[in-house]
Amino acid sequence: MTEKIDFAVIGAGPAGMAAATLAAELGLDTVMIDEQDTPGGQIYRRVEHADDRSPLGDDYLAGKPLAAALRGSGALYLPATTVWHIDPDGTLSLISSAGARTLRARRVLVAAGAIERPVPIPGWTLPGVMTVGAAQILLKSADLIPAGDIVLAGQGPLLYLLAAQLVQAGSPPRAILETTPGANYREALLALRRRWPGLRPLLKGLGSILAVKRAGVRRRCGVRGLRAIGHARLERVVWQGGEIAADHLLLHQGVIPDIQISLALQLRHEWDDGQLCWRPVLDPWGQTSTPSVAVAGDAGGIAGAAAARLSGQLAALDAAMLLGRINGPERDRRAATVRAALAREQALRPFLDRLYRPQRSILAPEEDDTIVCRCEEVTAGAIRRAARLGASGPNQVKAFTRCGMGPCQGRICGPIVGALIADTLGRPIADAGTWRPRAPYKPISVGALADLDAGV
Amino acid sequence: MFRRQPDAAGATVSVTVEGREVRVPEGASAAAAVLLAGVDAIRQTGVTGAPRAPYCLMGVCFDCLAEIDGQPNRQSCMVTVAPGMVIRRQHGKRAVETEAAS
Repeated sequence: MTEKIDFAVIGAGPAGMAAATLAAELGLDTVMIDEQDTPGGQIYRRVEHADDRSPLGDDYLAGKPLAAALRGSGALYLPATTVWHIDPDGTLSLISSAGARTLRARRVLVAAGAIERPVPIPGWTLPGVMTVGAAQILLKSADLIPAGDIVLAGQGPLLYLLAAQLVQAGSPPRAILETTPGANYREALLALRRRWPGLRPLLKGLGSILAVKRAGVRRRCGVRGLRAIGHARLERVVWQGGEIAADHLLLHQGVIPDIQISLALQLRHEWDDGQLCWRPVLDPWGQTSTPSVAVAGDAGGIAGAAAARLSGQLAALDAAMLLGRINGPERDRRAATVRAALAREQALRPFLDRLYRPQRSILAPEEDDTIVCRCEEVTAGAIRRAARLGASGPNQVKAFTRCGMGPCQGRICGPIVGALIADTLGRPIADAGTWRPRAPYKPISVGALADLDAGV
Repeated sequence: MFRRQPDAAGATVSVTVEGREVRVPEGASAAAAVLLAGVDAIRQTGVTGAPRAPYCLMGVCFDCLAEIDGQPNRQSCMVTVAPGMVIRRQHGKRAVETEAAS
């Protein structure tokens, strides 16, 4: 049987939790579907279990009341559940250890969050190399810290945040290799002059940087030509003009929207040249080009956890109006304070986007033997060759090279492939376009599909 | 290698990674258990057999695919540990099951 509900929310990060909580309060029959077994998303991963004196700090602990509100909201919470297909009519196909299940929602909110931008340097597939976000997730979810010599490389607020957390946990990194080009600082300051975000968010970032400096961590700025070297695992990190022995290399170049589901739904997307990523086209309530589907939080454009929570509330208010629970003026009245807070949260973005705009060689790796598709082990050189042979977009490159056909379904290599095609053909990245991913959104077994039929 | 924070409190669960018994915090992922056990590579790729370890830890990259309790191709970063869980390295692609498995 297909169960019928008002509002399905996908993803229990800040946007999803806030949306499901408010929608349930407004009387919508709401279901929250999330892959993890506890609410919080990646930013507040396992926050319900966090100690109030956690070295992860107050911004992390801010997820606790959101998770508690979701639990108390009356929304049906389906943890450890994967959405593998969404039909534009609102039919959702779910799978969990309990089996397959189908829901039919009058409206769907995709709050899939962000993924870390891929950092395709030579050697990035070696054991010992992982993302900064991955290391932070290990800290949040299992109290694990890397042992031995840690090197952090790249840029972005998370880089220094994790470095400061490692210092506080008693494992300062051996070195931080910053890739931010010098020109970015000048442009970021200009952005700051155009839009002043207030002192608080700037001081938080400076606090992390100072904590790392005080701990005596070695820093290199303007690093180029980064590579990870080793045989069976990472042994050292090399860059133009230097090298260092390392047991762990943690990479970060900011985050980009997770658009796997929104692309599969064939929502209209646009290239965001400020954030150098694709994102779904949204109205001020998160409404997409498909009438029954909205997007909230970082899945619609990177703005951070606090902004995600607010955009989730806006999407819930809009859903409540569209489904007849509140009228237009009521929606607008309630939205006014949310919008004012959202504008404050977004004020720092232009500065961060300018400062941490990745080098071109991060978007499109220069060396031909660098692996781009980690699953199918397709190199930058193979993709360039395909582009020269006439593959004008990622879907053609996929057919030529198998790039994007492995288990991750192009999640990691997608952004790199578009940039490489654009680079090879001398066109803007926006012209290269995106994948056209299809269901199942994550690999599922044929047995699970057979179960679905049996359950109807 | 990874280590637990010295002041970490809370219950732990015992699991086996490639035959090594390891105690991991309750609620941690199977991928965390792999890293804590000091197993360098959790899989060898299906194409060249290159060693891989968990990379993104958030369900995106599929480099942490492992055999968990006899079932191959599990995203170990998305599976929560349970007492007695058996986590094994995955060699290449998942084999096709020729017998009708239950």
